[in-house]
Amino acid sequence: MTKVTMTVNGKSVSKEVRGNMLMTEFLRDELHLTGTHVGCDTSQCGACNIHVNGENVKGCTIFAAECDGAEVGTIEGQANADGSLNAIQQAFQDHHGLQCGFCTPGMVMSAASLLKENPKPTEAEIRHYLEGNICRCTGYHNIVKAIMAASGQDVSSIAAE
Amino acid sequence: MPKDHGIGAAQKRREDVRFLTGAGQYTDDINVYGQTYCHFLRSDVAHGKIASIDTSAAAAMPGVVRIFTGTDFEGVGGLPCGWQVTDKNGDPMKEPPHPVLAQGKVRHVGEPICAVVAETLEQARDAAEAIELEIEELPAVVDMKAALEGGAAKVHDDLSDNLCYDWQFGSETAAVEAAFASAAHVTTLELVNNRLVANPMEPRVAVAEYARANDESTLYTTSQNPHVIRLLMGAFVLGIPEHKLRVVAPDVGGGFGTKIFHYAEEAFVTFAARQINRPVKWTSTRSEAFMSDAHGRDHVTKIELALDAENNFIGLRTDTLANMGAYLSTFASSVPTWLHGTLMAGNYKTPAIQVNVKAVFTNTVPVDAYRGAGRPEATFQLERLVDKAARELGVDPIKLRRQNFIESFPYATPVAVEYDTGDYVATMDKLEEMIDIPGFAARRAESEAKGKLRGLGVNCYIEACGIAPSNLVGQLGARAGLYDAATVRVNATGSISVMVGAHSHGQGHETAFPQVVADMLGIDESMIEIVHGDTSKIPFGMGTYGSRSLAVCGSAMVRATEKIINKAKKIAAHLMEASEGDIELQDGMFTVAGTDKSVAWGDVTLAAYVPHNYPLTEIEPGLEETAFYDPANFTYPAGAYACEVEVDPETGKVTIERFAAADDFGNVVNPMIVEGQVHGGLAQGIGQALLENCVYDADGQLLSASYMDYAMPRAGDVPFYKVDHSCATPCTHNPLGVKGCGEAGAIGSPPAVVNAVLDALNNAGHNVAHIDMPVSPHRVWQAMQG
Repeated sequence: MTKVTMTVNGKSVSKEVRGNMLMTEFLRDELHLTGTHVGCDTSQCGACNIHVNGENVKGCTIFAAECDGAEVGTIEGQANADGSLNAIQQAFQDHHGLQCGFCTPGMVMSAASLLKENPKPTEAEIRHYLEGNICRCTGYHNIVKAIMAASGQDVSSIAAE
Repeated sequence: MPKDHGIGAAQKRREDVRFLTGAGQYTDDINVYGQTYCHFLRSDVAHGKIASIDTSAAAAMPGVVRIFTGTDFEGVGGLPCGWQVTDKNGDPMKEPPHPVLAQGKVRHVGEPICAVVAETLEQARDAAEAIELEIEELPAVVDMKAALEGGAAKVHDDLSDNLCYDWQFGSETAAVEAAFASAAHVTTLELVNNRLVANPMEPRVAVAEYARANDESTLYTTSQNPHVIRLLMGAFVLGIPEHKLRVVAPDVGGGFGTKIFHYAEEAFVTFAARQINRPVKWTSTRSEAFMSDAHGRDHVTKIELALDAENNFIGLRTDTLANMGAYLSTFASSVPTWLHGTLMAGNYKTPAIQVNVKAVFTNTVPVDAYRGAGRPEATFQLERLVDKAARELGVDPIKLRRQNFIESFPYATPVAVEYDTGDYVATMDKLEEMIDIPGFAARRAESEAKGKLRGLGVNCYIEACGIAPSNLVGQLGARAGLYDAATVRVNATGSISVMVGAHSHGQGHETAFPQVVADMLGIDESMIEIVHGDTSKIPFGMGTYGSRSLAVCGSAMVRATEKIINKAKKIAAHLMEASEGDIELQDGMFTVAGTDKSVAWGDVTLAAYVPHNYPLTEIEPGLEETAFYDPANFTYPAGAYACEVEVDPETGKVTIERFAAADDFGNVVNPMIVEGQVHGGLAQGIGQALLENCVYDADGQLLSASYMDYAMPRAGDVPFYKVDHSCATPCTHNPLGVKGCGEAGAIGSPPAVVNAVLDALNNAGHNVAHIDMPVSPHRVWQAMQG
């Protein structure tokens, strides 16, 4: 067992963990932050995307021990301080960018990283960036649209309003 | 102005807030005090005899609570099949036992053999490694044609062969033969409807607990239909009566059909929790999902169309092999028959149609309903065939379709269904406008200038949804009724809980269903809450699949709300000392017609629960009503889809440039949700057409068992879609006039994509009649090489 200390959504946490414990397990089983989802076992689906020291990381590809001392952000920490949806979350609701909700936390985390790196991405840039996030419900149309809207772009001309 | 309230309003979804903040509660988020963890040891061979299982070393491993094998399930029921199909000779289909844990033999890779229950998941996995298992491998049957040949290895030793049933349906053979004998032209096509894996993003999970105090079991499971699971598992597998068994399906991360069925893992954890008197949890990995979730499609078909000299369709004949896999999954037998054969008329007035289906056992994972279930298979073969006929005859494929459209309704097809309403001309007109047919030539020239080929593909579709009239499906072999139920519970302060049998796992029922009730009562949606997914809370329900939730369960909700209104009017009449017949309900106010006397919704609901001034001799206190609704017919959503592709002749890579879908869903409650359903279906259809393929090798090894090997559509594989549902012909037999929209996208899109690719190739001088899905760069390039 290894002791890890990290900041998760602005709160310091300290736990004894197995050396092989993944961040997905640490968040879900140790911290009960079940918004980070596990959709595959080959690091393809992106339902577990989190932020580690500001980087967009798949929680299933990193050990909890590797995050010792890190600043970690999860879906549970994304809303505004007053609990209201942040701009990306609100755009996902406004544009119906989610259905079953299972891939959604990872999508929102990836979208946040994308907009940090590229505040006004094109449709093609968004689709390329989401290569590692699989959604089976939405056909991506409204996810791409929501991210464009969250970046302040006019989406009114996009098909199927 | 778009509506912001009630039926027709594009209301934002209330469920989104919990999903967007990580507060959703999926089954894997549920942990029960004292729970143990289960890991299944699964077969790594497709077919074999279990020579020995030695669990003694494993049982002594740290943390192991108990190890179960097939022996523990001797005397326990097997997993049942819910639909009895009758062979054309009158015999019932062959229905071999489907054990919870393998009994003596394994019949597909992934079949569970042993289950280790331990204090932690790691301990369960470690102990499974220590089980000494000897399997004598037997020859596997994978290919359906080979499985039916004499001398083929048998999946089930006690059956005469691998044929589950040989089914024939539709017009008499003589009528079809006469049509073909008189034909001026016959078009023939052999094709494969590729095997798919549904892949909802949430893998299956089952958590069971047992309360010894009252002998009650609770199963939390990733299901589209918790009451169906309670019935099947309770009555047929474990022998637990309904009142001692609660099934909860909380937030479910997508279903697409594969979470309809009753699975071995659900029965196992429920059984084991009773045996060890502790909760048991199982969470599927994605790799396990690929080899244990029921797969979809997997048909091989020969289809022939007879046309007269004026290009009218005069006869249609199909011959299909349908893969059942190793065992019959819950609704497997109904998919290639009643959900497929009955749709073979499509949108056309072909007078003679005969469908032949042989269902085949193979050493593969069971195959069952996947989004569309039988209807995509029917649509694909028919719409590919019509396109091929148009090319052979040198006529415009849209014109050929239009010429043969059914134009008057109701219309009884030769394959036993009666379309109540539709307007195929209107959706085709709309489609032509959406895809901009006149601009295609210029777009093609633009592609060609870049060295690319461009093609346009069009098709129609029809589906039978709103499943289903119980009397009818009972005659066809269904072992269930297919009604649904709703309870409307009005509380004293006027708020409402609606308990519905439909289950929402992405469809937005929690938002759309209140819009209907709010519209009927004239109150705000925020006063109405939908309760679903828990057999202890809702009256009954057959669940969500077959685009049935609003058409069937929504109708039950309307009927229950009508009962509420009737009773509330009686109470209002008493409060205002008026005659019940004079009471009108509008905008949440009960008014005596022609007067200014009124009482508000809240006054009436309070009176119902505080009956101080109340007609107690005439009506009971309280305001709660239940309705069961059994549909009079299926509903028939239909439409026309178009796809424009670019093909890179150097690599064979296909890119979707445009996709348009003109659908007739009848009335629409929440257009935003409806459009989202179509988008998702389109991506799954495009995925089937271009990317997805579930592949077994000749030994029955599953080669596409992860997202590294099975190509799921990603954001970069699909375009923005144009969708429209303005050509609405409301369903004539349900109270909302709704038809269902959940499967259309997946049903209608594969032929449009393939037709577009073939248009691109043929226009460029490549004489290619057909390419099987997925239309991968490799296959396209090979086809172009002649």
